Amino acid sequence: MNDMRMTERGVDSKNIKMKARKVQVFYGTNHAIKDVDVDIEDKTVTAFIGPSGCGKSTFLRCLNRMNDTIDICRVEGEITLDGEDIYDRKVDPVQLRAKVGMVFQKPNPFPKSIYDNVAYGPRIHGLARGKAELDEIVEKSLRRAAIWNEVKDRLDAPGTGLSGGQQQRLCIARAIATGPEVLLMDEPCSALDPIATAQVEELIDELRERFSVVIVTHSMQQAARVSQKTAFFHLGNLVEYGETSKIFTNPDDPRTESYITGRIG
Amino acid sequence: MPLLWLFVIVLALGALGFVLGRQRAIASAGGDARQLHSLPNYYGSNVAILTVVPALMVLAVWLILQPMVIQARVTSLIPEAAIEQIGSRSLVMSDVRRVAEGLDTAVAAGALSEAETRGLSTDETDVRARLGEVGVALGGAVTPEVLAAALRYRALDHTADTLRSGLVIVLAALGLAYGYLRTRQEFRARNSVERAILALLMLASTLAILTTVGIVFSMLFETFNFFELYPWREFFFGLEWRPSFEGGSDLGLIPLLWGTLYISIIALLVSVPIGLFAAIYMAEYAGKRFRAVAKPLIEVLAGIPTIVYGLFALITVGPLLRDYFAQPLGLGTSSSSVMTAGVVMGIMLIPFVSSLSDDIINAVPQSLRDGSYGLGATQSETVRQVILPAALPGIVGAILLAASRAIGETMIVVLGAGAAAALSLNPFEAMTTVTVKIVGQLTGDTNFESPEALVAFALGLTLFVITLGLNVLALYIVRKYREQYE
Ligand SMILES: Nc1ncnc2c1ncn2[C@@H]1O[C@H](COP(=O)(O)OP(=O)(O)O)[C@@H](O)[C@H]1O
Ligand SMILES: [Mg+2]
Repeated sequence: MNDMRMTERGVDSKNIKMKARKVQVFYGTNHAIKDVDVDIEDKTVTAFIGPSGCGKSTFLRCLNRMNDTIDICRVEGEITLDGEDIYDRKVDPVQLRAKVGMVFQKPNPFPKSIYDNVAYGPRIHGLARGKAELDEIVEKSLRRAAIWNEVKDRLDAPGTGLSGGQQQRLCIARAIATGPEVLLMDEPCSALDPIATAQVEELIDELRERFSVVIVTHSMQQAARVSQKTAFFHLGNLVEYGETSKIFTNPDDPRTESYITGRIG
Repeated sequence: MPLLWLFVIVLALGALGFVLGRQRAIASAGGDARQLHSLPNYYGSNVAILTVVPALMVLAVWLILQPMVIQARVTSLIPEAAIEQIGSRSLVMSDVRRVAEGLDTAVAAGALSEAETRGLSTDETDVRARLGEVGVALGGAVTPEVLAAALRYRALDHTADTLRSGLVIVLAALGLAYGYLRTRQEFRARNSVERAILALLMLASTLAILTTVGIVFSMLFETFNFFELYPWREFFFGLEWRPSFEGGSDLGLIPLLWGTLYISIIALLVSVPIGLFAAIYMAEYAGKRFRAVAKPLIEVLAGIPTIVYGLFALITVGPLLRDYFAQPLGLGTSSSSVMTAGVVMGIMLIPFVSSLSDDIINAVPQSLRDGSYGLGATQSETVRQVILPAALPGIVGAILLAASRAIGETMIVVLGAGAAAALSLNPFEAMTTVTVKIVGQLTGDTNFESPEALVAFALGLTLFVITLGLNVLALYIVRKYREQYE
């Protein structure tokens, strides 16, 4: 089955959605990301793997300028979305984040109702013209996040009252509702149990039909299961980037091989 | 034996017990401390606790009971006639005590010998003059009855002191011996020290609770007395506050309560928006360096005594409001007004509201902010739609706490709003509050049998119930809010 997916992959992975060139990130004097070049393809799941502290989250947060909220963080180099530099002065980071959505490690539903959680983004960006349209967006997002059936009878209940796995899918629905083109996920399953993890992984595979997904994971099995492209980071460097099948079966770099076989962690 | 010496002796015995207990424990383990059940210091502490604690507890109880017992035995010596002459029994007894203490001072200073003192009689000596020589001033001449009672008082007191010292030292010694004999290798000294510490902590919290209960009961008692003299309906629903010490006063709560609420509401209208916005700025927008300077500055503001704010109201804010608002608008000519007190009290509460809200806003998890920014929300959208709703219960709690402070405030009201009770809507009129009237009714010559003085306790209890209610509500809300984030 894995093989079938790999053959499909070649077909729809030509279109480059985001491109990073010579990206450097500094936290004060700490050089956290060094010279990273990556092409994120459209309608593809790209996995970032690597040992803890190697800069995966940092790099992911560059892609929607979430690092702007950290005072001491400085980003250099060029990152484009559809050919447009996202660090250009013209670009409003707030608008950018509506297009490049993000799901975090720990589920973080707002202390509002399930409905209001999902409607949050559409309301801020004025995506719906009326109540009916907003209802539709909420339902569609919850359906795509595979949680509609579980919550449709209690949309007014607080989002914080759901189980961990449900909360994380609610957060995914919330991110989908703003209609992003790229979805960034930072270890979205690390706080979930195996069943919830399986549900979210299945969901990620479906999300690929509509947009590109970038997922940080510390589980190599997960990277192998859900992604088509894999980037291996080590000590702030991008060591190797390519087809997931190749990275996991026949990596070029000895460091990648050591990590995958469990010798560096 | 003076109390201090007794105390030192008990502590010294305790220290001795510690050393002995420790040594015995180590010796019982054949010199190898690792063979003991507990660390050697625990054995020492155990003996020290057994030595000191029971002895000091008995001492404390004795100190409370001794004056009561002696007084009860001495009072019978004073004839009813003498009591009527002076006024009340307690006044006579305080005379007796003063004379007795005066004699002690005189003996200590060498002005009188012990034997001379016992043989004193009012016929031969002017006791007042003799005591005056050693610096003990008495209000009037000493009557024979009082002198006799004082002598008896002294005698009893001395006997009791001796008994007390003996008992306490014996108890300490017994405790030491008991603890020492129990010290063996397998004795669980660690556990028994643990129990002693637990008992100490429980004692402290019981005392705290008991004092609160005591305060409430004393107020309740006086309030009952008040309602026996004055109908409760007229107190709770009376619209007039006109005390007169010749009797026939109107003691209606409503005007005072209205003044309290009016001033508190104005204070909250000033302090809540400013304090809250300041807190939002501090928590969400301000840079590290600005916060490092501004936060302590605001907290200094919270440490200013309220009387200083009162002066500010009296000298600056009051005349300012009168000249620029009240007079041009034709609303009054008084510089003392509800508005003055309310505004200044509001200023006083700003740091209170802002530092509480700041803590609450900071407690909102960063992940919620990230979630909101990650969806493309701006900073103020995030504050309005995520952070404030998340912090709301806590902020409501903070506001209620501020309200209960405003209700209890006195100094600013006296200096800012005056002391005249009034029931009016005009914010530029002088008014007063419950607290001010409590002070007013109890200062000066008061006769604690009149409703005009006792009303203060009814007012105090009312205030206590109101602020207690607010605090309970605030704590409940704050607790619910905490639960929301584990
Ligand atoms: N907010 C921050 N402030 C300062 N340094 C940070 C911050 N976040 C991450 N870093 C540093 O950047 C490096 C990369 O961290 P991170 O991107 O979180 O790694 P990963 O997600 O791969 O575990 C680490 O050395 C970390 O200490
Ligand atoms: Mg990380």
